[in-house]
Amino acid sequence: MSEYILEMNHITKEFSGVKALDDVNIQVKKGEIHALCGENGAGKSTLMNVLSGVYPYGSYEGDVVYKGEHCAFHNLRDSEAKGIVIIHQELALSPLLSVAENVFLGNERTSMKGVIDWTETRKRAQEMLAKVGLENEDVNVPVNTLGVGKQQLIEIAKAMAKKVELLILDEPTAALNDEESRKLLDIMLDLKKQGITCIIISHKLNEIEYVSDSVTIIRDGKTIETLVKGVDDYSEDRVIKAMVGREMTNRYPVREGVEIGDVIFEVKDWNVFHPDDENRQMLKNINLQVRAGEVVGLAGLMGAGRTELAMSLFGHSYGQKISGKVLINGKEVHLKNVKEAVKNKLAYISEDRKTYGLNLIGDVKENMTIAARPFFFSKRGVINANDEIVSAEEYRKRINVKTNSINQVVGSLSGGNQQKVVVSKWMMTQPDVLIMDEPTRGIDVGAKYEIYCVINELAKAGKAVIVISSEMPEIIGTCDRIYVINDGEIAGELTKEEVSQEKIMQCIMAHNRKGDGDGNEK
Amino acid sequence: METKNKVVKMDVKQYGMFFALIAIYVVFGFLTKWANTTPMNINNLIMQNGYVVILAIGMLLCVLTGNIDLGVGSVVAVCGSVAGIIMMDYKMNMWVAIGAALLVGLLVGIFAGFFIAYLGIPPFVTTLATMLMGRGLTYTLLQAQTKGPFEQSYNFIGAGFLPVIKIPFGEGTLDLVSIIVAAIASVLLVASEVKSYATKKKYNFAVNPIWQIALKLVLMLFIIWFFFTRLAQYNGLPFVLLIMVILIAIYGFITSKTVAGRQIYALGGNRKAANLSGIDTNKVFFWVYVNMGVLSAIAGIVLSARNGSATPKAGDGFEMDAIASCYIGGAAVAGGAGTIVGAVVGAFIMGILNNGMSLFGWSTDIQKIVKGAVLLGAVTMDVLSKRKKG
Repeated sequence: MSEYILEMNHITKEFSGVKALDDVNIQVKKGEIHALCGENGAGKSTLMNVLSGVYPYGSYEGDVVYKGEHCAFHNLRDSEAKGIVIIHQELALSPLLSVAENVFLGNERTSMKGVIDWTETRKRAQEMLAKVGLENEDVNVPVNTLGVGKQQLIEIAKAMAKKVELLILDEPTAALNDEESRKLLDIMLDLKKQGITCIIISHKLNEIEYVSDSVTIIRDGKTIETLVKGVDDYSEDRVIKAMVGREMTNRYPVREGVEIGDVIFEVKDWNVFHPDDENRQMLKNINLQVRAGEVVGLAGLMGAGRTELAMSLFGHSYGQKISGKVLINGKEVHLKNVKEAVKNKLAYISEDRKTYGLNLIGDVKENMTIAARPFFFSKRGVINANDEIVSAEEYRKRINVKTNSINQVVGSLSGGNQQKVVVSKWMMTQPDVLIMDEPTRGIDVGAKYEIYCVINELAKAGKAVIVISSEMPEIIGTCDRIYVINDGEIAGELTKEEVSQEKIMQCIMAHNRKGDGDGNEK
Repeated sequence: METKNKVVKMDVKQYGMFFALIAIYVVFGFLTKWANTTPMNINNLIMQNGYVVILAIGMLLCVLTGNIDLGVGSVVAVCGSVAGIIMMDYKMNMWVAIGAALLVGLLVGIFAGFFIAYLGIPPFVTTLATMLMGRGLTYTLLQAQTKGPFEQSYNFIGAGFLPVIKIPFGEGTLDLVSIIVAAIASVLLVASEVKSYATKKKYNFAVNPIWQIALKLVLMLFIIWFFFTRLAQYNGLPFVLLIMVILIAIYGFITSKTVAGRQIYALGGNRKAANLSGIDTNKVFFWVYVNMGVLSAIAGIVLSARNGSATPKAGDGFEMDAIASCYIGGAAVAGGAGTIVGAVVGAFIMGILNNGMSLFGWSTDIQKIVKGAVLLGAVTMDVLSKRKKG
């Protein structure tokens, strides 16, 4: 038997004449962690859907060889029966059911046919959780009471319960913070020791470098190359080069000719309490300033309170018992609701565009103009449709939204283009202060670069830009100055000259220690 | 160099509905030996479906938010009975009766809107409650009796005709007013189409090919002239038609051209995103249901005026007809998509089905089966056509 557990040879998959995969080859060794890299739309997910039987045998050309056998999977059940389990980016857990029930969802432990054996379910669930480092969790609580990181691990436990031999993880850390991601990656290394082969799809190249033994890069539906750790150059830059087909000499475009002006956005003594629990203080005495033409970053771990800060500033969209002052252009403003915020030239591009940013069944134009409409595109409540079309066209060209027309439905665009639509929407409100929350999450390298260019353009136009990002290199690469936020407080402030990932982490650690020293009143 | 003409694809869905309408009409024409094309029947079609059209307009706004209003049939009954009691028991002026009916509709709307928008009670539950309460209230008010007959001036709203100028025509007469209105409507239609084409050209926007515009115009002109000449051969233009046209115009404008109207679509598409775009979604919800209350009141007045009386069972099941009209007219069940014209066409598809089957002699039991099948078929087609695109 060959050393490969999986060989996919000459896979070609067409969608109504368009080749999503074109003669793709990938070989995965038994017991390794194999990474799959490529820009969005390169064909990674399509390939995994071929493997798992979502696209049934016969709907593609080529050959899938698993453990030396030619495979003809017709659906997910076929591939799962062979020990191939795929964990999708979106969690497939039923939030209100218990942890134990979720672990055996679709794979129930039964005493008689159709009757669940609860004792067995709980006992075995406990065993599965132990394998993913969750031995201390109560298996009877609803799964939504756990954090996203733990939920992701429960997905893995669920796969373990299906006697997995080849585990495929599609962007497993997309919603996790650094600490949780690290834990998940370590669990993967642990699984490897137990003899489980993994395929990981990820945009986060540092993680790939850390966890994987080899990496196959796909671009435009074709295999570009496979790199092996310890044999080939395995650096991030090398992988990026293969992904985009050119050297990315600079992942962050240089901002030139920007004059940093006066302070135009100022927050003083900002305090916010949890929306459901009025005694739980989420933000404590936040003070910050942003100058015209300046790009300021908010760094911190997930749950540090960055999004909560942005949303509470943006028309009190988060929290209760909010106190403190906001000054825009030196004038104190009271932003009681989103409309007031927009009127006072503050804009907020939310994280998670699909949930909070877009009307996915609406068209590009409708999504772009909705926020600016009361101020720029209407008179006494009546819309000027022609102005809207002109503006939507202008922004489509200006920030390069790839769409057939402004009448295309937003849900059919790629993530990067959707993000550009959201950015256009808020640029149209002509803000002086723009808060961008995770502006490049889940979008490909090319689109990221274009978003960075937009940030530069805004700074050049004298706007104050605040960038929130969980990717530290992004914050460091784009910002002039960085506030580190931890546990609802500003833990430190770093200039472009002094900042580094280590500095940010040091800041957070120092703040944590201080919190512990205070007796940690929480 | 001349810029290339941009061409947009034909909106198949919107036209598809019109074709379905015409096809159903023609099929029943064959079946009933064209009994459904007589002037009197055309007139009946409009008078019998007036209130469903009015309700479908209001219901579309609810459907756009992704919800429905189950209470409209009961509100129709309550408003009709309030008007009847004021005229018959208190011997008051019909205008007082109309005002009171509208006020009751408004209050029911505010009541439902408050629970839905500001207390967060699901619309299905809230309007299920108003449906039960409204029906019970009607029986209580009317003491389970029919109240009538109403005075002629009130009945005019549901059964009256606009002034006519009759001239001899063939074996009967022809109403010149109808013909003049049809002519004005035709001119306006052509003018608006030409103007919209010119504007699009001026801004270099995508335009439909000329033949499509011409086809659309010919089709619409044909429908207008067919309807109006038939009405002219009968008693002229029903007053209900005037109410309908005004409401369609107002709500067509609101839903497509106003900030408030588009906010309903944004809310239906994604409520959280709408909130973060500066839209007060509670307020939108509130007004959608207040509006539904008022339109239910108008429908209640029209219905009681047509019947010349208020009955406890009035408006029974109207909510289902209105909801079905919206879905048949292409509105998305999850909200965020749909048009007033679609809902109106949907209402007429239901109306033509009812009318044709009655003329053909099918019982109301069979009619319900067919209507159910048409509703399911229309929504299935809609869902499947969307899936293919994705």
